[in-house]
Amino acid sequence: MDLSYTPAQQAFRTEVRDFLATSLPKRLSDKVRLGKRLSKAEMEEWHALLNGRGWLAPNWPAAYGGAEWDAVQRQIFEEEACLAHAPRAVPFGLTMLAPVLLAFGSEAQKQHYLPRILNGEDWWCQGYSEPGAGSDLASVKTRALRDGDHYVVNGQKTWTTLGQHANWIFCLVRTDTDCKPQAGISFLLIDMASPGVKVRPITLIDGEAEVNEVFFDDVRVPVENLVGEENKGWTYAKYLLTHERTNIAGVGFSNAALATLKQVAAATQSGGRSLAENPHFAARMAQVEIDLMAMRTTNLRVVSAAARGQAPGAESSMLKVKGTQIRQELTSLLRRATGPDALPFLPEYLDGGDNQITDLPDHAPATAPTYFNMRKLSIFGGSNEIQRGIITKAILEL
Amino acid sequence: MDFTLTEDRAMLQDMLRRFLSENYDHETRRALLARAEPFDRAIWGQLAELGILGALFTEAQGGFAGAGFDIALVFEELGRAGVIEPLLSSAVLGGGLLALLGNDSQQAMVEEVITGAALLAFAHTEPGARYDLSAVGVTAKDAKAEIVLNGTKTHVLGGAEAQRLVVSARETGTRHDPAGISLFLVPADAPGVTVAQHVTIDGFSAATVTLTDVVLPASARLGAAGAAFDAIETVTARATLAVSAEALGAMESAKAMTISYLKERQQFGRPIGKFQALQHRMADVLTEVEQARSAVVNLAGHLEAPRAVRERNVSATKNLIGRVGALVAEEAVQLHGGIGMTDEYALSHFVRRIVMIDHMFGDVDHHLERFIQLGQEAA
Repeated sequence: MDLSYTPAQQAFRTEVRDFLATSLPKRLSDKVRLGKRLSKAEMEEWHALLNGRGWLAPNWPAAYGGAEWDAVQRQIFEEEACLAHAPRAVPFGLTMLAPVLLAFGSEAQKQHYLPRILNGEDWWCQGYSEPGAGSDLASVKTRALRDGDHYVVNGQKTWTTLGQHANWIFCLVRTDTDCKPQAGISFLLIDMASPGVKVRPITLIDGEAEVNEVFFDDVRVPVENLVGEENKGWTYAKYLLTHERTNIAGVGFSNAALATLKQVAAATQSGGRSLAENPHFAARMAQVEIDLMAMRTTNLRVVSAAARGQAPGAESSMLKVKGTQIRQELTSLLRRATGPDALPFLPEYLDGGDNQITDLPDHAPATAPTYFNMRKLSIFGGSNEIQRGIITKAILEL
Repeated sequence: MDFTLTEDRAMLQDMLRRFLSENYDHETRRALLARAEPFDRAIWGQLAELGILGALFTEAQGGFAGAGFDIALVFEELGRAGVIEPLLSSAVLGGGLLALLGNDSQQAMVEEVITGAALLAFAHTEPGARYDLSAVGVTAKDAKAEIVLNGTKTHVLGGAEAQRLVVSARETGTRHDPAGISLFLVPADAPGVTVAQHVTIDGFSAATVTLTDVVLPASARLGAAGAAFDAIETVTARATLAVSAEALGAMESAKAMTISYLKERQQFGRPIGKFQALQHRMADVLTEVEQARSAVVNLAGHLEAPRAVRERNVSATKNLIGRVGALVAEEAVQLHGGIGMTDEYALSHFVRRIVMIDHMFGDVDHHLERFIQLGQEAA
C-alpha cells in the first residue's frame, strides 16, 4: 500500500504539465474552460499537436505510433490535461476503433487505417445504436448482404456523435438472421463518401447538434472492410467494454469541474455572503468532493490492477455508474451556482463569439447547456441501469 | 502508487482472518453476549499472542507495525468477524495516548497493553459533549503537589474492564477551549472513582465514570499540563480509521450474506436475485462498498500527514463511511426481509455495528460540517 507516485511517474507528470504549458494554445484552453464548443478545425489542431509529440494514441503499441503508456500514465495525462483545460482527443478512432483493429483486424487493415487516424486523414464515427437498438444493442437491424466482393448495406444508425465531421464509420451490421441476435452481427468499416450514405443532424436539449442519424441505402462496401470474422462483431464490440475504458470514471473532468465550481461559489454573493458560505450549498459541494476523493482512489485501484494485467470486469461498470453520478452532480451544482445568469442562451458565444450581455460572467452561458448535455453520461455507453445489471450479474451468477 | 498489501501485511491479514474464522463465529459472539461477558478472555490472550495488539504500535513504541494500513487491515478483519474484544479501547485509544504522551515509566506500560495483560480505557466524552473533542468540563485542580479530579465521563468504551483509565480534565480555560486540557492516568480502583457499566446496542461494554475528589500525584499527568489536545486529536484520528475499517469489514460480511441470500431465497418460483428491482439495489451496494474501501485507504495513507491534510481525510472518510454504512445496512436488511431483523441471524449484528459506528467519533453531519470548516481554514 502506497498512495504516492513513483519518481518516474512524478517526472512524467512534470513532462505532461510542461508540454501543456508550452504547447496548448490559450485560444483552445479558454474555449474549453468556458464550456464553449470546438470547431472541427480546432479539434484537428489539438490532435496534430498531440501527434507531433507522439502522445495522440496513449494506448497503442509503439510499432503503430502509439505512446504505449501504462494505465497510471494515462490517468496522469488525463488529470493534467483536464486541469489545463485541454480539449479531449476525439475517441472514436483512437480509443474505440483502434483497439478492435489491433486485436482482431488484419495486418493490412492496421497498416492502412491506424496511420490515417494519427495524421488526421480519417475522422471516424461510431455506428452502433439504431432507433430500435439502444440499450438492447444486440437487436441491430441494419443489414449487410453479401453480393460478390461487396456487402450491400441497408438500414439506419443513430446518436452518431460528431458524425457530421466524419469520413468513415465503423458499424455493427446484421449478416445473419437465423440465429441468436448476438451471433449474427459483424463489424464493418464504411466509407461515408459511398453512394447511399446520408447524414442528418439531431439537435439536442442543449441546442447543439453533436449527434446525427446516418442512413444507408444500398451502400456497397468492399468485403475487405470486414473486421475479423463474419458474425463475430458482437464479441469485438464487447471487447471494448472491458479492455479500454480506464477513463470511464471521468475523474479528470470531475477534478476540473470541482475546481471551477469552488471558484464560482466563492466569487458569487448570495444573501450577504458567498455561496461557498451558504450551509446548504456548501454541504452539497462538500459531499460531492468527498465522493470524488474516494472515486479518485477507486479509479486508481482499478487502473493499477489493470496495469498489473487484470482486466477489469464489473469494476468498469462501477466506475461508470459512480463516476457519472459525480460528474452529473457537479454540472447540476454549477448550474445552480450560476443562478439567473444561467438563463440566457447564447449559441454565438458558445461557438466562440463575444459575450454581448453586460456583466454576465464568462462562465455563465455554458452552465445550463453543459448540465443538459451531460444527462447523456448516464444514458450512453450502456445506460447506468445496464451497468447495474452487469455489476450484479457478475457477482450473483444466476 | 501501489494498492497491494506488502508481504508482511498480507501474512498478518491471512493469519488474523484464519484465526477468527476458526475461533470466532457468530455463535461465539452470541454466546458471549448471552452470558453478559464484555469479551472473551481466552480469545483476547490468543489475539495478543498472535501479535495483533503489537501490530497496532510502532517498533519505537514496542510493537512491530503501527502504520495506518496496519490499523486498517486489523480492524477490517475484526469488523468482518464481528469481534467485541477491547482492541479499540485498550490499544488504539488508551495505549495510543500512553505511547504518544507518556514519560519513560508510563511508556513502559505500553508493553503490558501489547501483551494483553493490562487493559486501558479512554475516559473523555462528557454528557452533552456530542462529538466536540474540546468539550471537557471535568476539572483538575492543583492542591499542593497533588491533583484533584471532579466530574463525569460517559460512553467510556471498555471502562468497566480497564485497570487504568486515561482521563481528560481541564486545568485552565473554558469548556470548549482546546488549550488547558490535560490527561491523567487514573487507577480504576482509586478512591472517588465510580464505574457504572452498561452494554451498547451493538454488543460492546461501556461505562459511565464518576470522579469525586479523586486525588492523584502530579506524576499521573501524561505530557505537559494543559497541552493534551493535539494528542487527543491524533489518537482520535487513529480511532476513526479503526472504526471506519471495522465498518468496512462488517459491510463486507453484510454484503456477502446478502449476495448468498439473493441466490438462495426462492419466491415466485425463482431466486429473488433474478428480480431486477433487487439487482439494481444490490449493484449500488456493491459500488458504494468499493467507495468505502477507497475512503479507508485514503485515511490510512494520510494518517501520518500534516494535521490539515490528515484531518481533512478524517472527516471525508468518516462522512463517507457513515453514508455508505447506512445504505449497506439498510439495504441488506431490506433485501433479506424479516429474517434480516432477527437477533439469531448474524446479519442483524453486523447491521447494528455498522450503523452505530456512525455514532462514534463524529457522524455524517458532524464530519460534513467539519470538512467544510477545514476547507475554509485552508483557503
